[in-house]
Amino acid sequence: MIRDITLGQYYSVDSVIHKLDPRVKLVFTILYIVSLYVGSGVWCYVYAAAFLGLVIILSKVPVKFMVKGLRSILFLLVLSACFNLFLVDGNVLVKFWIIRITDNGLRTASKMVIRMVFLIMGSSLMTLTTTPNDLTDGLEKGLGFLKVIRVPVHEIGMMMSIALRFIPILIEEVNKIMKAQMARGADFETGGLIKKAKAMVPLLIPLFISAFRRASDLALAMEARCYHGGEGCTKLHPLQYHTRDYVAYVILILYLVSMILLGKLLG
Amino acid sequence: MKIIDILHLIHEYKVYDDDEQEVGSVRALNDVTLSLEEGSFVVVLGHNGCGKSTLAKHLNALLLPTEGMVYVCGNNTQEEDDIWKIRKNAGMIFQNPDNQIVGNVVEEDVAFGPENIGVPTEKMVKRVTEALKKVGMEAYRLNSPNQLSGGQKQRIGIAGMLAMRPKVILMDEPTAMLDPSGRKDVLNIVHELNKKEGMTVVLITHYMEEAVDADRVIVMDGGEIKMDGTPREIFSRVDELKNYRLTVPQVTELAWELKKEGVDLPDGILTKEELVEALCSLH
Amino acid sequence: MQLTLKSVSYVYNSDAVEPRYAVKDVSFTLNKGEFVGLIGHTGSGKSTLVQFLDGLLKPTSGQVLCDGEDIFEKGYPLRELRKKVGLVFQYPEHQLFESDILKDVCFGPKNMGCSQEEQLERAKKAIALVGLDESYYTKSPFDLSGGEKRRVAIAGILAMGPDILVLDEPTAGLDPAGRDEILDQVERLNKEEGIGVVLVSHSMEDVAERTDRILVMSGGVLQYDDTPRNVFRHREELAALGLDIPQVTDICHTLRDKGFDIPEDILTVAEAKEEILKVLKKS
Repeated sequence: MIRDITLGQYYSVDSVIHKLDPRVKLVFTILYIVSLYVGSGVWCYVYAAAFLGLVIILSKVPVKFMVKGLRSILFLLVLSACFNLFLVDGNVLVKFWIIRITDNGLRTASKMVIRMVFLIMGSSLMTLTTTPNDLTDGLEKGLGFLKVIRVPVHEIGMMMSIALRFIPILIEEVNKIMKAQMARGADFETGGLIKKAKAMVPLLIPLFISAFRRASDLALAMEARCYHGGEGCTKLHPLQYHTRDYVAYVILILYLVSMILLGKLLG
Repeated sequence: MKIIDILHLIHEYKVYDDDEQEVGSVRALNDVTLSLEEGSFVVVLGHNGCGKSTLAKHLNALLLPTEGMVYVCGNNTQEEDDIWKIRKNAGMIFQNPDNQIVGNVVEEDVAFGPENIGVPTEKMVKRVTEALKKVGMEAYRLNSPNQLSGGQKQRIGIAGMLAMRPKVILMDEPTAMLDPSGRKDVLNIVHELNKKEGMTVVLITHYMEEAVDADRVIVMDGGEIKMDGTPREIFSRVDELKNYRLTVPQVTELAWELKKEGVDLPDGILTKEELVEALCSLH
Repeated sequence: MQLTLKSVSYVYNSDAVEPRYAVKDVSFTLNKGEFVGLIGHTGSGKSTLVQFLDGLLKPTSGQVLCDGEDIFEKGYPLRELRKKVGLVFQYPEHQLFESDILKDVCFGPKNMGCSQEEQLERAKKAIALVGLDESYYTKSPFDLSGGEKRRVAIAGILAMGPDILVLDEPTAGLDPAGRDEILDQVERLNKEEGIGVVLVSHSMEDVAERTDRILVMSGGVLQYDDTPRNVFRHREELAALGLDIPQVTDICHTLRDKGFDIPEDILTVAEAKEEILKVLKKS
């Protein structure tokens, strides 16, 4: 049933990676992406792949879930690979009608594909091992320093978490309204684009009204429960660094430094 | 001891036209004076639009008086500095269980109130466990609220309120959207909290059956208190209740009809057992 | 018009080793002009069943026949069926979307392809049928009270001229007077307009007083399909399914156990009054 869907793609299993603080995983993802760009060359990629592979093994998430994430961007991947492959100048390797493949094109295309694949796998590893709630918490706390430049970090976190809670409810509501309008003879399936867009009106208006009603109810309920912004709040599960988190940071930095060195040595 | 004191409370809603110009006001509460005993179970009855929800919102400072005073646990709702004290002392449960749950995990939602009033983490864990135990939902601690039934969600709402350790529970039609079994669960819990923990309960409802076990029943109409008494007193005035667009449970109605026919029954029969016993003694 | 369900089932997870049935092997026929009550717990399969009647959900197995024709046969005009079977969902006011009431009620006839004049004619007739007058035509649906909104939503279905009206808990969330108004309206539609009604309800009292026939669902299975008198004779069996019987029927059962000579199939307060008076006079 629709209510059972979890947003994001959390894969529930007990592993070291799951236990890590969400902030660590956030930093991991960013640094890993950086690492893909500091080093280039076959050995750097092998190194990056080995590191990612190790983390995947530690996370106990089956590889097929990572691949699933890739499938959705396959089209994008192929398209941009083609652009690079055919349009980059260099020494011509193959020439066929108006299509020509150069050594430079091949190099950039493969570089790009490898980077993208690693990038997607790296970041889906984060969403697979972190619950949306932890992620929100991590973002709120991890980006806390932005408060100094007046970014409303707490409010953004609160909004994300409320959105997570209400999206499944609203999806169910769409379903209900759709059926109710179908019972009144509404047709959502046939017709051209314009007719279909028009057919959405009886769906969208009740949905917006419902969303606003829920929002105002929720605001009242939150006020009744003493909500007054992030000031002076405590947490049921405050984010706290454990030894394993510090170890993870050290490993990450070692990885990044070694990647830079490797890039320098080979480049 | 009086836990809630309402003195000549008047509430007016402003009415605006399409250009957002104020064009007048509607009086939702008209000179309401009422005080409630600590530890009592009070049911407020009345049809939709009679002002009962407005009254409830005054009891934890979600609305402020146009005229008059409201004191909750000795604090005036118009003192801005006391507003969080009042909301902590008088917890509120609303009609739609979905729209009052904030957290994505049951325990996180229960902790929402305590987090806001700054309860330290170690104490909070204890409070959450305690609150969930009181509503019988410990097993669902780590579930998503979306997987629960309406009645269960309402119980989570109650737990979230209990975790703030309030003295008064305000409930604005908490059972209107629930099925019969969910309704029973919620009522049983509230009665238990009233009896065992001595909490004051203000239950707004239009299910007459829910008023039967109360200490005191208040009937509202047109923003005013029209009837005030024990369930027995109130339910013996069936004609008057019907006037206020309310009905009585079938037992009470049957007893009332029989009495009208000259059968010698006591006033305001509330339960099946009472009626059966009274009839058997006549038989 | 006749609507027949022929051993329909609905399975949630059909691939699983142990499939979960929402509805299991249910058969019954709805005849022209009948007033049928459908009762059962939340999750008993009522809501699933109701959607079969309108072709909104296709059963995993079994057939739904409208005047002998299978509605899920390829090429069957489902929109024609939806004219004949009007389905009113829970909280139907949530489906209102037009700027005024007349336009909103026209939505159904418009989808049916009626001419402008016919749309208006049907809409006006439907609005009158739910007991609202002309002054409502130009009002915004969002300015109405809960009970009025619901009546407008029901008018939206009536404007399509259904032979059978299916109502899923039409009184949920209304106050007692609002509940009675809606049910009186529905009863009038049945008695005076000859529209068949399926009333899904949690209130045993309502179905006992108003329907000709009751379907009892439990765990996806049709447990009883009989007249209210015969169904509510089964006090113990219904209790085992977690369902109550009307309070007054329960009183009469108990009085009978105590030696009163009254029938056990009493359904209304008026009937109970007569019978009890008879017994008391004799003694």
